[in-house]
Amino acid sequence: MYDAESNMTVTVLLFASYADALGTASLDVELPRDSTVRDLVDVVRARAGAERLPAAPLVAVNLQYAAANHVVREGDEIALIPPVAGG
Amino acid sequence: MTPPATLVRGPIDPLDMLRRVSTPANGAVILFLGAVRQVNEGRAVSGIDYAAYEQMALRELSAIASEASDRFGTRDVAIEHRLGTLAVEEISVAIAVGHPHRDTAYAASRWVIEELKRRVPIWKREHYADGTREWVDPSGRPAAEMVP
Repeated sequence: MYDAESNMTVTVLLFASYADALGTASLDVELPRDSTVRDLVDVVRARAGAERLPAAPLVAVNLQYAAANHVVREGDEIALIPPVAGG
Repeated sequence: MTPPATLVRGPIDPLDMLRRVSTPANGAVILFLGAVRQVNEGRAVSGIDYAAYEQMALRELSAIASEASDRFGTRDVAIEHRLGTLAVEEISVAIAVGHPHRDTAYAASRWVIEELKRRVPIWKREHYADGTREWVDPSGRPAAEMVP
């Protein structure tokens, strides 16, 4: 059941092959409060097109790489980071 | 003064990179240039689109410059990465390091490019001779391995 008090909405930025897979550069995702990066990835991977994403993609929270057990907060800037290929 | 790490959309100027790290104390100045290669994994490449998570890429590049300074004992480190569409032979990245001695300058230059390739959120999409384009995954390894 929807409970506004215990849920939050976060914006997830997508880049390169991940943006192509989901057909968008950003997604709004609703999650229970105190969800982790792993929880967030599971929600995103349920979206159409996301089956092309790996089970455990790199994730950045507020411009820093974050571990799967990192707790996400409302207002965080979250990004799924495809394998990097600079240089 | 130019910050030690920059993202640019126009051509990289190698001489400007050298000027940024040349000092009277530096007996060695190393300039590494990465350029778009004509063939990758056996496929003919006609150009590359470089894209970035710009805020984070800049933050990581700046951190690498700062860490290199601490690690190798020189303030004279400059990194510039180009974004947008580049043709074959164009320079995509430049790393300049100045140090009193060459051994350390070479080591620092090498360390910076390897760190850049490991952790800076920049992606490239190659254009092939047959008209197709593909994002490059240089690793082939599961992305989760790279979580620090």
